[in-house]
Amino acid sequence: MNIPAELKYSKSHEWVKMDGDVAVIGISDFAQDALGDVVFINLPAEGDSVTAGESFGDVESVKAVSDVICPVSGTICEVNEALADAPETLNSDPYGAWIIKVSPVTDTEALLDAAAYEAHCAQEG
Amino acid sequence: MKLIFELGVEGRGMTLMPECDVPEYQLPEERSEALHLPHVSENELTRHYTALCKRIHGVNDGFYPLGSCTMKYNPKIDEDMAALPGFTQLHPLQPIETAQGALEALHTLGAELGEVFGMDAVTFQPAAGAHGEFTGVLLIKAYHTDRGDTARTKIIVPDSAHGTNPATAAMCGFQVINIPSGVDGCVDLDALRAAVGPDTAGLMLTNPNTVGIFDKNILEITKIIHDAGGLCYYDGANLNAVMGVVRPGDMGFDCIHSNLHKTFATPHGGGGPGAGAVGCKEFLKKYMPGPLVVKKDGKYGFAYPEKSIGRVKMFYGNFDVVVRALTYVLTLGKSGIREAAMNAVLNANYMRVRLKDTFTMAYDEICMHEFVMSLVDLHKETGVSALDLAKGMLDFGLHPPTMYFPLIVHEALMIEPCETESKETMDEVCGIYCKLFELAHSDPETLHTAPHSTPVRRLDEVGAARNMVLRYQFA
Repeated sequence: MNIPAELKYSKSHEWVKMDGDVAVIGISDFAQDALGDVVFINLPAEGDSVTAGESFGDVESVKAVSDVICPVSGTICEVNEALADAPETLNSDPYGAWIIKVSPVTDTEALLDAAAYEAHCAQEG
Repeated sequence: MKLIFELGVEGRGMTLMPECDVPEYQLPEERSEALHLPHVSENELTRHYTALCKRIHGVNDGFYPLGSCTMKYNPKIDEDMAALPGFTQLHPLQPIETAQGALEALHTLGAELGEVFGMDAVTFQPAAGAHGEFTGVLLIKAYHTDRGDTARTKIIVPDSAHGTNPATAAMCGFQVINIPSGVDGCVDLDALRAAVGPDTAGLMLTNPNTVGIFDKNILEITKIIHDAGGLCYYDGANLNAVMGVVRPGDMGFDCIHSNLHKTFATPHGGGGPGAGAVGCKEFLKKYMPGPLVVKKDGKYGFAYPEKSIGRVKMFYGNFDVVVRALTYVLTLGKSGIREAAMNAVLNANYMRVRLKDTFTMAYDEICMHEFVMSLVDLHKETGVSALDLAKGMLDFGLHPPTMYFPLIVHEALMIEPCETESKETMDEVCGIYCKLFELAHSDPETLHTAPHSTPVRRLDEVGAARNMVLRYQFA
């Protein structure tokens, strides 16, 4: 399983890349594998405020619909609208297919580093 | 195989309409093109549907343990009664003096189900389960609004709920508060206590829950909601496990829906028609959809509840389903209803115990009418997923269990055998499941590519979801 060392992660399987004061957010390789083929994504709108631990959208796979939980708090400054037409990129390129960008960012304390996230995934099986 | 529209030739058909004996009337708006109707003979029509019949699997073909769907065998006497000309030739607008038998059927079933539910009034308008949920939650909304309590904006739903519960609450304009289940699959009481408050409109709950376990804290759960000023809605999806044994009304629920097409044995699985009968306690009766059947001076009539939320469906719901359910209830009687529930639970536990040494049970305890296995370990060891195993079952002529539900169990297979299966059938099925388990270890590739003997092989579910074709494109 691919867990890039430079990213931070949440226990609910989202990744965060800090780019200055902007947090780029997507779902991890573990998440896309567990979901199976993603067929639809419900995206939030630019300007929405998000709270760490709360849902900001949902993804639908052939198995189920699952919430995407925001790993940080802040305001959405950009949404990857291209995912709406090509949700399968969440499967093929989970770390390239970012979903939202958030700025300014707070509540980052609970994020895991790659090693801690890998241990968390091993536990969840 | 050809579709019905691709059969026959232009102009071929059957004269089904008797000669017109009333003056012809031109509709004010003419269609710009003729209706696309099949041009086939009766012979072609019969062969087409017989061919379709041979390619599907229903409860009349074999085992159908689709968890949470209660695919029980539907007694044929129910069909006989629903086919009585006195019922089939009714017009919903004919004078009620001439339809007293139909009104009596609605009234009688309402009283019988009220007894099973522990509720004081029942409506048959909702067309199916989710529609019943919608109606029930509208009753809760009407109750709060009527009291001028507009601060109650939230409905609490456990994370094990059917997806229709949060959808219903949202459709009724409520905010959905999701609370986690404990390790035993039951409601986490501390999480529930933390979630309730003056903004709680109500709770939506299935008991037994979606993992097939009866929540032992049910009286405490409904009390927590009531103490906070909210109402309790019972999703009757799993009523088959407890009918005639315990009553949702006695568990503390204020309103309920029951999928008559599941618990009360009317055919389902093909998209309807169903019936989502809704029951409520006396204090909610005045908000019920109208009209309700009432009996006065030995005659049946209709009455509109005082503060009715209005109609939720035209006329009286899917009446033919009501007739089937009434026949089912009257043929089983009070003791038979209870016995059916107890046998449903017994059958599920029989299969669970037969399988638990081979498969991993998500919750290793006595279950109600269904149980959930987790194939996480098998998947890790062999690469064979719940989906692969389910597809493998098709080659043995079995309908697979529900897959990947509930969401709180990974690689889930959810099995609900129902009371209408014999020990011999269940023994055979358990043998096949174990054989497939062995096959996962010895020849996983066969399962990755299953099914092999069905009219169509593995379908492109992803393609179907991403590129939906929902109607036939006429040339």
